Amino acid sequence: MEVKNLRVKSMNHVTFNDNEYLEQYVEELKKGGVNVAIGCLDDCINWGRSHSVWPLTFATACCGIEFMCVGAARTDFARFGWEVTRNSPRQSDVVFVAGTIVNKMAPVLKRLYDQMAEPKYVIAMGGCAISGGPFKNSYNVVKGVNEIIPVDVYVPGCPPRPNAVLYGMLQMERKIKLEGFFKLPKKPAITPEEKVWAERLAKEEEARKAAKGIK
Amino acid sequence: MEDIKKLLAKVAPGKEVAEGTQYPTIELEPNEVRAVAKKLKEAGFDYLINLTGVDYTDALGTVYHISSSTNKTAVVVLKTKTADREEPVLYTVSDIWKSADLYEREVYDFFGIRFIDHPDMRRIFLRGDWKGFPFRKDYNEVNDTPTTNVNIDSLETLPSITLDKEGKIIEKSKQLFGNNEYVVNFGPQHPATHGVLHLRVSLDGEIVKKVDPNFGYIHRGIEKMCESLTYPQILPYTERLDYLSGSINRHAFCMCVEKAAGIEVPQRAQYIRCIFDELTRVASHLLGWGCMAMDMGAITAFIYGMRDREKIMDIFEENAGGRLMPAYSIIGGLTKDVVPNFQQTVSDFVAYMRESIKEYHTLFTGNPIATGRMHNVGWLTKETAVALGTTGPTGRASGWSNDVRKLAPYAAYDKVKFNEVLRNTDTCKGDSFDRYIIRLDEVLESLNIIEQLNDNLPTDGVNVKVPAIVKLPEGEYYQRAESARGDFGVYIKSDGNKNPYRVKFRSPCMTLISALDPLCKGEKIADLITIGASLDYVIPCADR
Repeated sequence: MEVKNLRVKSMNHVTFNDNEYLEQYVEELKKGGVNVAIGCLDDCINWGRSHSVWPLTFATACCGIEFMCVGAARTDFARFGWEVTRNSPRQSDVVFVAGTIVNKMAPVLKRLYDQMAEPKYVIAMGGCAISGGPFKNSYNVVKGVNEIIPVDVYVPGCPPRPNAVLYGMLQMERKIKLEGFFKLPKKPAITPEEKVWAERLAKEEEARKAAKGIK
Repeated sequence: MEDIKKLLAKVAPGKEVAEGTQYPTIELEPNEVRAVAKKLKEAGFDYLINLTGVDYTDALGTVYHISSSTNKTAVVVLKTKTADREEPVLYTVSDIWKSADLYEREVYDFFGIRFIDHPDMRRIFLRGDWKGFPFRKDYNEVNDTPTTNVNIDSLETLPSITLDKEGKIIEKSKQLFGNNEYVVNFGPQHPATHGVLHLRVSLDGEIVKKVDPNFGYIHRGIEKMCESLTYPQILPYTERLDYLSGSINRHAFCMCVEKAAGIEVPQRAQYIRCIFDELTRVASHLLGWGCMAMDMGAITAFIYGMRDREKIMDIFEENAGGRLMPAYSIIGGLTKDVVPNFQQTVSDFVAYMRESIKEYHTLFTGNPIATGRMHNVGWLTKETAVALGTTGPTGRASGWSNDVRKLAPYAAYDKVKFNEVLRNTDTCKGDSFDRYIIRLDEVLESLNIIEQLNDNLPTDGVNVKVPAIVKLPEGEYYQRAESARGDFGVYIKSDGNKNPYRVKFRSPCMTLISALDPLCKGEKIADLITIGASLDYVIPCADR
């Protein structure tokens, strides 16, 4: 199964290397067959979506500076419609995890991700976000953000050059174009986090009731 | 040196000044530290450069590097240790030198040493529920990565300890904010905190009453990792501390190892290292300038700054191979020689940058909206700067002459003529605008240095042969260097092996962040952003 020849602006189809993961993804999508009308609608919507992806301004370390370079004058990512970096996770589509994630930051990143609206994407930028990178042996570093949140594209480098980030962004664009917008995965009814909160609230409620009963 | 030894004999009678060390060093019993510290402060030693915790396996201790704002070249080292590993306590010096406040919290976090009468003994970098103290040599706890988004930290209670009349330890605790205080959280994910810093700001209407910085969202444990690496392996980590002055940090570490191992570096290598340091400083100040402008709403200035910064990145890439992190200095010199057209490229850049600075001034400095937000905001007096140890451009904007390139010249800095850029030497206090303008002035001064070095590049080699395994003789070594943010220091304690026993990096940014509270008190909350931007701190440098 071949990934269909998508038109990604400023990048030829052949320039993307083989990507087994994407091919499997396409196979999965095509399994049940696609309705002509919905398929066309998909393409239409995805064309629009893939050209206005708004990243979250999220940078923890060195990669953040290279991310700023991507947004600045020379390698301007506004050319691809990614220009509006949003400061609120609720308004953004993609989070570039630019930099090391440590144990104290992990719940914060998880919360940011949970606050983003579907469909949402994650790009792990740099060695630290991919696997812990040079800090893999540290006592406090998360060994790859995929321990906390699902990752769509990995951009290797320490830190990656702006050109590498652009390449990763185009990969992301290709992935968005391949998706069936109407077939996007549904969220599970209750996430583990919600379960924790629900348990906590129930406990507090119980405690409150108990306190009242004593009085 | 002799004067200092005399002074030490006076402040600590009966104590022996250690022979053969880099700086005059005295060892003290824990209960003598405060008395000696007070006397030293009275004698003019008002600037605590660094406070390092050390695990001696049989004891836990601290090392104080102290300097003076008047007698700038003098450095004194105090040492103390306690043999109790279960309940180690030492006496605080945070009321004598204000900058010790954060350093002592750091020592508690890493080694579990509690400081008597320190007002705030919370963990500084690690989570409140962290098991064990990671910098102890016998640390073997396992702490899991939290995968939920539930907060685990309690930041409200400040524990502290004090001694009663019989010398028994009494535990105390205090609330950070009152019940009726209005507290606003900034960060850790906030575009204006320049990284992942968490600020808790107590407000009275629009006026800031108190700022409580919460560190540790990017604490990567570099210093602990260094203990299991060889010296050449540590080099890449130094660049990732303060990534905006990466090559300066790397240069400092190389110098520290070279000095300890007695390696003589060729002149050409030293000149090129200095050119790279200054280029890094220019790049850093351009980014700092752009970000400060962007925090005040001027996106154009940011684009301009980044545009010119790319030219420096090109020079780095052409010669060293790396962009943001050139990875150029190695122990014994440089990785390779510069390309043949290096001198031409650099002199072209210097000419270009001089014109650019004029453009910046017309674009932003004269803008009434910008200056309105910077003038008369965030006054930092010289005394506060010295007490907090806010070195670098921030300290110099308040009239404190603290340029390490001048007071302890290293590499090729004694061979060039340059002025230390100072402001407000008569009024002794600086505002946000002073801290803004001093960076642009420093860029011009750096260009002067680059020009002089570039025109007189020696022709001897760029590196010397260094043994495959670098071993430092037993002892302690300290090297200061002027990074783009201030006094950067490398402390290495070696036990003669190929790995260091303890490495500590003196971070200029941690002290800058501690200045937020005194600077913002009484200002509007919107000015917190401007003041933070004018300090130009880098969080991974503070967290390490």
